[in-house]
Amino acid sequence: MSGPSSYVPKSDLEKWLDTRLPIMRFMNDTLVDFPTPKNLNYWYTFGGILAVCLASQIITGIILAMHYVPHVDMAFNSVERIMRDVNYGWLVRFMHSNGASMFFLAVYIHIFRGLYYGSYKAPREILWGLGVIIFLLMIITAFMGYVLPWGQMSLWGATVITNIVGAVPFVGDAIKTWLLGGFAVDNATLNRFFSLHYLLPFVIAGVVVLHIWALHVPGNNNPTGVEVQDVKKETLPFHPYYTIKDAFAICVFLLIFAGFVFFGPNTLGHPDNYIPANNQVTPAHIVPEWYLLPFYAILRAITFDVLIIDAKFGGVIAMGGAILILFALPWLDSSKIKSMRYRPVARMWWFAFVLNFLMLAVCGAMPAEPPWTLISLICTIFYFAYFLVVLPVLGVIEKPQTPPASIADSILQSHKKSAGVSPAAVPAE
Amino acid sequence: MSATNHEVAGEAGEPTRRDMIHVATGAVAAGGAAMLAWPLINQMNPAADTRALASIEFDVSKVAEGSQTKIMWRGKPLFVRHRTAEEIAQGKKDDGAELKDPQTDEQRTMQSNEQPGKPEYLIMEANCTHLGCIPVGIAEPGYIGEYGGWFCPCHGSHYDTAGRIRKGPAPKNLYIPPYVYTGGTVVKIG
Repeated sequence: MSGPSSYVPKSDLEKWLDTRLPIMRFMNDTLVDFPTPKNLNYWYTFGGILAVCLASQIITGIILAMHYVPHVDMAFNSVERIMRDVNYGWLVRFMHSNGASMFFLAVYIHIFRGLYYGSYKAPREILWGLGVIIFLLMIITAFMGYVLPWGQMSLWGATVITNIVGAVPFVGDAIKTWLLGGFAVDNATLNRFFSLHYLLPFVIAGVVVLHIWALHVPGNNNPTGVEVQDVKKETLPFHPYYTIKDAFAICVFLLIFAGFVFFGPNTLGHPDNYIPANNQVTPAHIVPEWYLLPFYAILRAITFDVLIIDAKFGGVIAMGGAILILFALPWLDSSKIKSMRYRPVARMWWFAFVLNFLMLAVCGAMPAEPPWTLISLICTIFYFAYFLVVLPVLGVIEKPQTPPASIADSILQSHKKSAGVSPAAVPAE
Repeated sequence: MSATNHEVAGEAGEPTRRDMIHVATGAVAAGGAAMLAWPLINQMNPAADTRALASIEFDVSKVAEGSQTKIMWRGKPLFVRHRTAEEIAQGKKDDGAELKDPQTDEQRTMQSNEQPGKPEYLIMEANCTHLGCIPVGIAEPGYIGEYGGWFCPCHGSHYDTAGRIRKGPAPKNLYIPPYVYTGGTVVKIG
């Protein structure tokens, strides 16, 4: 949390710099002395992990752009050249393609962590909203990146997704043609997707700065959901306590990442994308990358017209709504208790929501036939009901447990428990 | 606090010459920004070489009865299907069925000059009206749907032998491009 700066310039040079550009003070207050709740668990390391993911994607991406050719006749071959001829090109490309998967894996854990511990609640609504914007930008960036190798899935994935825009009433077709730069996904589309795919990660980096800024005003939430009351007793400086904890988590995460890169680089990809794009043959089964499957399932779940909205536009609304509804979450959840640690009923619903999300991913990977169409619809309804019915109503009717009075109390309690002393035997403080 | 002449006049509610200049400057700046924005936006629309798409000619007699072929038009594939008598009969029979996008079999083979075309040749854009995949049709490996026409493998839309949407998420029948027969079996598309 932001407070008075604790930076003391040590050398004359630092003093000189501090009165001109207080960058050392800024770094110290954000990365070194930043007071961080003592009780953060490993679920709180994913912010740091995500920063590493973004850096890795940007570095490998810039390298790939040195060798990649954004033209329909050459894109596929230039990627194969990266794989076969460019020195360590295979490594850089596999780091980039698997890095996208790892990025999304981490961001989903990060988001579900936020849902569990109520990190979106006051005073962190802006922090949460900025996170949703980053997630949206990530989806757009990843989608455009997947088009660049110009394989069958690239072309047909792009065709399906840009047709979504065409579903918008009246102006849809004009917008679609504008986005594609032609009447079908073609060279103009590939070129602009490359341009934007290069741009957006830097936009993400900019929003990340805002995200961290918004984090550092109220400070971190924590597993108890109780705000820090006594900075001295309940927080630790970010460095070295959390730099070390984050670094350890990053190492474990990188091990898994490296496991994919070296032992299963194509496990998460789709073999059809190693077939050059052909605009006369649709692959038998178009699927997006795994991290977009739940939203793809929601898109396909709407197969019926609702009043004047036809099924196609309905699917688009549902898919867009599934992400946009996250912006409203801080105001939809009516509970005064942040952490689901103290909301036994809400906790069950949270687990159900996670399972439901995984089920949506399965539906998205399956062909659009019974029984998957019906399962997708049920899961989609549950997805929205969680935000629109469960969380608003639960806050009113549930009887939560009493959270500890402070973070210090909760730490004390858990110490006593682990020391084998029953809480009843401890005199009240 | 010392007020400038300008502020004093403003308090009286009378617009001053300076207000006028502010508004005029703002208006010119906004107009200039809009004029600059338009080229930056419009550059993304199809370029002249993309728009200058000549229409194509195709001899439909090349398609054997009971099969279909795909030809390219405006960067997109078209279906040309040579229907059998049974398929035409089925299409006509279903004119009365409950259709999502009602069209008769005759309208499906109408030329763009409103003259009846050739009922045996069905010429349509090969993109599913849902999200643009290419449906699987006759003489191709794969399921062709419950109505013997086309089946879109992406999201499960079924089209009948006249290319009409019968089941699934697609909202419209397969689109018919503008075409006229220029003589015999040669058709001019576009």
